[in-house]
Amino acid sequence: MSDYIGSDFDPVPLQGILAQLAPQGRAALLPALQAAQALYGYLPEPATVEIGRALKVPLADIHGVIEFYSLLYAQPKGKTVLHVCTDPACALRGGEQVLAAICQRLGVQPGETTPDREYTVERAPCLGLCDHAPAVLRGQEAIGAVDLQSVGDVLQGRGNHPVTACYGETNDLIAGCGKGRATTLTEYEARGGYAGLRRALSMSPAEVIAEVKASGLVGRGGAAFPTGVKWEGAAQAPGQPKYVVCNADESEPGTFKDRVLMEEDPHLVLEGLLIAGYAIGAAKGYLYVRGEYPAAYQALTVAVDEARRAGYIGEGVDILGSGYSIEIELRLGAGAYICGEETALFESIEGKRGFPRLKPPFPTTHGLFGKPTVINNVETLANIPRIVTQGAAVYRQLGTEKSPGVKLFCLSGDVVRPGLYEVPFGVSLRHLLFDLAGGVRQGRKLQAVLFGGAAGAFATPDQLDVEMSFEGLRAAGLPLGSGVVMALDETRDLRRILAGLAHFFAHESCGKCYPCQIGTQRQYEILRRVADGKALPGDAERLADVGWTMADASICGLGQTAASATLSALKLWPEIFEGKNEKL
Amino acid sequence: MSDVTLTIDGQLVSVPAGTTILQAAQSIGVEIPAICYHEACTPNALCRNCVVEVEGARVLVASCVAQVAANMVVYTRSPRVERSRRTILEMLASAVDLSEAPEIQRMMRDYAADAQRFPEAERRDVPLIDDNPMYVRDYGKCILCWRCVQVCADDAQYTFAINFSGRGYETSIGTFFDKPMPATTCVFCGQCVGVCPTGALKPKSEWLLEQGLNIEQVFAATRQERKRRREPTQMSGEEKGGGHD
Ligand SMILES: Cc1cc2nc3c(=O)[nH]c(=O)nc-3n(C[C@H](O)[C@H](O)[C@H](O)COP(=O)(O)O)c2cc1C
Ligand code: SF4
Ligand code: SF4
Ligand code: FES
Ligand code: FES
Repeated sequence: MSDYIGSDFDPVPLQGILAQLAPQGRAALLPALQAAQALYGYLPEPATVEIGRALKVPLADIHGVIEFYSLLYAQPKGKTVLHVCTDPACALRGGEQVLAAICQRLGVQPGETTPDREYTVERAPCLGLCDHAPAVLRGQEAIGAVDLQSVGDVLQGRGNHPVTACYGETNDLIAGCGKGRATTLTEYEARGGYAGLRRALSMSPAEVIAEVKASGLVGRGGAAFPTGVKWEGAAQAPGQPKYVVCNADESEPGTFKDRVLMEEDPHLVLEGLLIAGYAIGAAKGYLYVRGEYPAAYQALTVAVDEARRAGYIGEGVDILGSGYSIEIELRLGAGAYICGEETALFESIEGKRGFPRLKPPFPTTHGLFGKPTVINNVETLANIPRIVTQGAAVYRQLGTEKSPGVKLFCLSGDVVRPGLYEVPFGVSLRHLLFDLAGGVRQGRKLQAVLFGGAAGAFATPDQLDVEMSFEGLRAAGLPLGSGVVMALDETRDLRRILAGLAHFFAHESCGKCYPCQIGTQRQYEILRRVADGKALPGDAERLADVGWTMADASICGLGQTAASATLSALKLWPEIFEGKNEKL
Repeated sequence: MSDVTLTIDGQLVSVPAGTTILQAAQSIGVEIPAICYHEACTPNALCRNCVVEVEGARVLVASCVAQVAANMVVYTRSPRVERSRRTILEMLASAVDLSEAPEIQRMMRDYAADAQRFPEAERRDVPLIDDNPMYVRDYGKCILCWRCVQVCADDAQYTFAINFSGRGYETSIGTFFDKPMPATTCVFCGQCVGVCPTGALKPKSEWLLEQGLNIEQVFAATRQERKRRREPTQMSGEEKGGGHD
């Protein structure tokens, strides 16, 4: 039960906020909880009662929502929360040791708060700063390349502000990135920005959709669905209003491409979203930004303001004299990887726990608030302005026949030059990893590449000539996923890495369906003992049964891929799942 | 509605469009083991024990919600199906106490599921909660079928006294800030107890009898509890109901 003393609670500031949010009803639940937490430091019971009354949400449901999201606190926390990443890229560079050092300095265990209520230390899932591993999010501030010497600085709020290096052979998506700050509207327009929106508004929505279909653009969020086909489905679906949503919940371990686009070139993403909205006739658009991405949220907030003042956004605003108008709302996630799954994201916007829905029906007909909805990834939307201004034919000049255009890859791990790489689809993994990124650090040999993220699979050195395209990777049995290429050198213990990935899924499973709810936990337990050299006879079969059951029978993509790295390792290196661990 | 013809385990079946695969299978005497499905509740297809293999589908399909389609070819006991069902049952047994879930025990026998398959597994052992005169809550037996939450909410009672706590494996059924049932909106209608398949929710009197009390003692104990419920520690209606229309 809350230890808040009822009489200390001043409801007045919260009531002012709630009066504004009340018309949205339950859909304003997350913003209301976030506002209350900003006021009181956590969510004292009387504040949640106020919220329930104002938004007409049952109290048990509010508690259920608070319990679902890791960044909502029902108990008091320290003034500063230190989120220390221990996921794969950071674990490779000493993330666990950094966590231990911070805890030791403050005299707490992970998850605990110092007695003076100054600090809370949390073990964090991948913070999207993998190119600056090991990473810490100190309150709202990202700090990269933390080591045992700089732990004291981190507590003081000093440290390396990570700027992601952008490389590559083309400069289409990352044209505005790499400078360490956001492009302003003036700069963006000077570069030809919003010409795509202008052009789109001079076309009919059907013509815009036809152009996107002709471009062959395929979604970059992981499911590889043709974007034009999705838009057409929502445009033709009966039901009003329609919604367009930008999925900016990027949380796949190893992935940071969307963060860079949002932090440095927010108008590019916004322009893509506005064009998508026009194409399907959406009256409202949402940008759902990951809770651990405060800088991206800030950059988008500024960009939306600028665009609003320039007349590109706003209810009833006749955009560029076209007669079309759209309202845009920014939403901040609250710490749940599963909310990147499109239907869980809708539930979250609707003020609920982020449980994925059953499909069918699909979002194009029954999406946000049950209405026809297009949801696209940040990188997908960033392709749109170029497709509309230059036309599909020019767009298709890069890439392969089946994977047109360019792709962003997130390189991290044991690589000489970690960072964001833009290349045309079709280059080889060798070219990307060795020619462009400088190969393996410290002159070591490559052991494997974790491909596609935690939900990915391992590539071995004999697969270096694989073609980086949807079709090339599919033929090699590798997932493109969110574009993660994490290099692992010869010294790395794959068991440790697998146990880390398994911890991520056990922490992030929503718990709705049995295969994943229990399977992610059992997988983690088994892989932990395998990594500790304490494998039991039959553990490889247990992992295979659990893994295939999750893959075959889970409701959503999280469970369906939670064992894909394990299953790939079982196939490649069956011997590591048995008996002693000589790498200990 | 027009009829749809499909093949289930090699047999041709014609059923009205809109029928679920589970119902279609039942119509020809093919039994599919369903755990979470209940006629009175909106289906959430979350136990996944009813999955079947449909030719051409990438993953297995939950037959309690998936509708038949013309020329569909369904296998209800393919090796993939068997592995998933057996593993789901084994994992369930590794997590919770199924001693009062005879249906699930029968499924475990049918699928040769080994209750000891996962040694050293962390179980969801939690103490029984005895906080009201009507029923006890023994969540060490809870399989998270969601039925109680659903009947308490918009599937029946519109009381909204219970919801979820935690996430993932740590999920449990809980109340607002873990308050005892009498301090919630609960009206003690007993609907949740009626739909619970595992004995996690049980009438208080039944539980007391199991504890070895006789009828008079049970009556005295529940009367005592009823009286305690009326004492001033109870929250006012305003605090209790806060927010919900
Ligand atoms: C567990 C899970 C997490 C996901 N996370 C993201 C994410 O962070 N960002 C994203 O764009 N798509 C994510 N997706 C994919 C979305 O469900 C959806 O397919 C995507 O947003 C569609 O956009 P696209 O067509 O532009 O790729 C996730 C899917 C799953 C199953
Ligand atoms: S697969 Fe996992 S994340 Fe997806 S619905 Fe099932 S429990 Fe939730
Ligand atoms: S308490 Fe019973 S009805 Fe409720 S979720 Fe658990 S098993 Fe299902
Ligand atoms: S930031 Fe630590 S793994 Fe990505
Ligand atoms: S009975 Fe179909 S998923 Fe539970």
